[in-house]
Amino acid sequence: MDEIKDGLMEVTCDVLVIGGGTAGPMAAYKAKQKNPAARVVLLEKANVKRSGAIAMGMDGLNNAVIPGYATPEQYTKEITIANDGICDQAPVYKYATRCFDIIQELDRFGIKFQKNENGDFDVKKVHHLGSYVLPMPNGDTVKKALYRQLRREKVLISNRYMATRLLTGRDGEIAGAIAVSTRSAEFLVLRAKTVILCAGAAGRLGLPQSGYLWGTYENATNSGDGYAMAYHAGAGLANLECYQINPLIKDYNGPACAYVAGPFGAYTTNSEGNRFIECDYWSGQMMQEFYNELQSGKGPVFLKLNHLHSETIGKIEEILHHVERPSRGRFHENRGTNYRERMIEMHISEIGFCSGHSASGVYVDEFARTTVPGLYAAGDMASVPHNYMLGAFTNGAVAGEHAAEFAANVELPDYDPGDVAQERDRVLAPTKREDGIPPNQLEYKTRRFVNDYLQPPKVTAKMKLAQARFAEIRDDMENAMAVRDAHELMRSLEVASILDCAEMAAFASLFRTESRWGLYHHRVDYPEKNDDEWFCHAILRKQSGRMTAEKRAIAPYIVPIDESERSAYDRQRIRQHA
Amino acid sequence: MPIAHTPTTVPVVIDEAKCIADKGCTVCVDVCPLDVLRISDLTGKAYMKYDECWYCMPCEADCPTGAVTVNIPYLLR
Repeated sequence: MDEIKDGLMEVTCDVLVIGGGTAGPMAAYKAKQKNPAARVVLLEKANVKRSGAIAMGMDGLNNAVIPGYATPEQYTKEITIANDGICDQAPVYKYATRCFDIIQELDRFGIKFQKNENGDFDVKKVHHLGSYVLPMPNGDTVKKALYRQLRREKVLISNRYMATRLLTGRDGEIAGAIAVSTRSAEFLVLRAKTVILCAGAAGRLGLPQSGYLWGTYENATNSGDGYAMAYHAGAGLANLECYQINPLIKDYNGPACAYVAGPFGAYTTNSEGNRFIECDYWSGQMMQEFYNELQSGKGPVFLKLNHLHSETIGKIEEILHHVERPSRGRFHENRGTNYRERMIEMHISEIGFCSGHSASGVYVDEFARTTVPGLYAAGDMASVPHNYMLGAFTNGAVAGEHAAEFAANVELPDYDPGDVAQERDRVLAPTKREDGIPPNQLEYKTRRFVNDYLQPPKVTAKMKLAQARFAEIRDDMENAMAVRDAHELMRSLEVASILDCAEMAAFASLFRTESRWGLYHHRVDYPEKNDDEWFCHAILRKQSGRMTAEKRAIAPYIVPIDESERSAYDRQRIRQHA
Repeated sequence: MPIAHTPTTVPVVIDEAKCIADKGCTVCVDVCPLDVLRISDLTGKAYMKYDECWYCMPCEADCPTGAVTVNIPYLLR
């Protein structure tokens, strides 16, 4: 294994899904259900059984819109306000109306959601305005349940293949993708009528404070490959300057997690044990207050559980130490942290792109269509704000169904064999060098500069310095990077994605000359929100080989927002501390 | 530019007495999202070849004989 081999195979399909984490399996499943005659291929860099953000499951739904607890109108309003108004509501509203069907379908798959003594869903309140949080008592079984459905529907699964570039036809329409085996470096050309990108967040963008490249909030496999592929295919990417930054357990870099522990009575405090934020829901405004407290004399920040009854804490531990990030219990044990006795030290994560928690993603409409004909995107990498796991499932379903219909009505486009030859040369270049710089050093340096110059508070001159440093690293990557086996080759391709994303982060942040979304886009030299000029999307794309940015109007709201409601998320700080 | 060999302690450890990779089992290698485990040609047992761990635990959870333990990487312990 890992030895570099020469090889090139070609396969043809109707719907190609890239990424087998959360959105991807649902997209493939729904495409196959919509058109059982369609050839649906699910391509995965790791193994669909245990890949993506929910490799070990999930402890609950953060954004369930369940009749009787919330309405699609309420939810759409909440997300619009939480995202500072920069929101095309149609995809959010579509999600909100569809997600209850998906919950019921997941329930039928065997993924159980918590019910109260009356048999109703046991929904908890964590958001500022409405109630949307629903625990999943057997959330560790999610991936297994999905995998069973994929087998039943006869979806073709290709594990350990990393897609590196999308193929386009004569008119710029999607024509498939090129992938490389992560264990043999052999190539796979996948001709397809439609492609659904579900490659997850750009989670290896900033460097965690621990300095460990893999100690990221996101599953470290999520290196932003989908963002890079969409960019190179000419798709528009929306609001990348609205970074993902999350409150996490310091060093462990996993959630603590306020959504789980909050409904039991836990809350976020400063070092004096006092609350300083009104609401633990992750928004940019909340993160700004979190950051302010961290930097203040009352820092650092803690999650407080030690006032709760031992049995209650036992229940919280049962969830937190078994699902999503189960090694959390071992981390606390090493440091002698018992939730009953001590508060948990918190910190902020490294920066990333992720619409699951913020709004930085490949631009999509309410059918999950990107701006490239035949190309769809769903999950953490698509621009539907704050869409979390249930958004990945729901929007994955929307993408799969629409793509299956689209594929039934188009011919298979031709691609340019010259594009494949060029991509093979690019991918294999580091294998041809006798010695050179290994990918891990290029990655460390890129991500260290991301921290030095791009993480908020953002400063114009620093971001321009970042661009100069990134250009030097790109030169090294293209001319001096060397790899010794297929595994290192995968890492070298991830470095290219990371560097693309770092350059996009700098470019997008420089373009929007205002501050918005709290900490996510806090520009020190443009400290005010400027609705007159910047109440719009910022769309980044590749045009004639160059990175460009333009404004795009926000689609007229479906659910109106009163002037008095707009600032609900601006009032996060508890008053006596202000 | 010669390449150095800088040592690191790896987070995933295998109890070789329990590991049945020499009988053809590859479960931990198959499920690892970061693809960092391999079967040793020398011992026929699984081991962590690359120190690129998200300490996520599918390798430990899915091992049929309980041979795998995931520790927290030293840098963040």
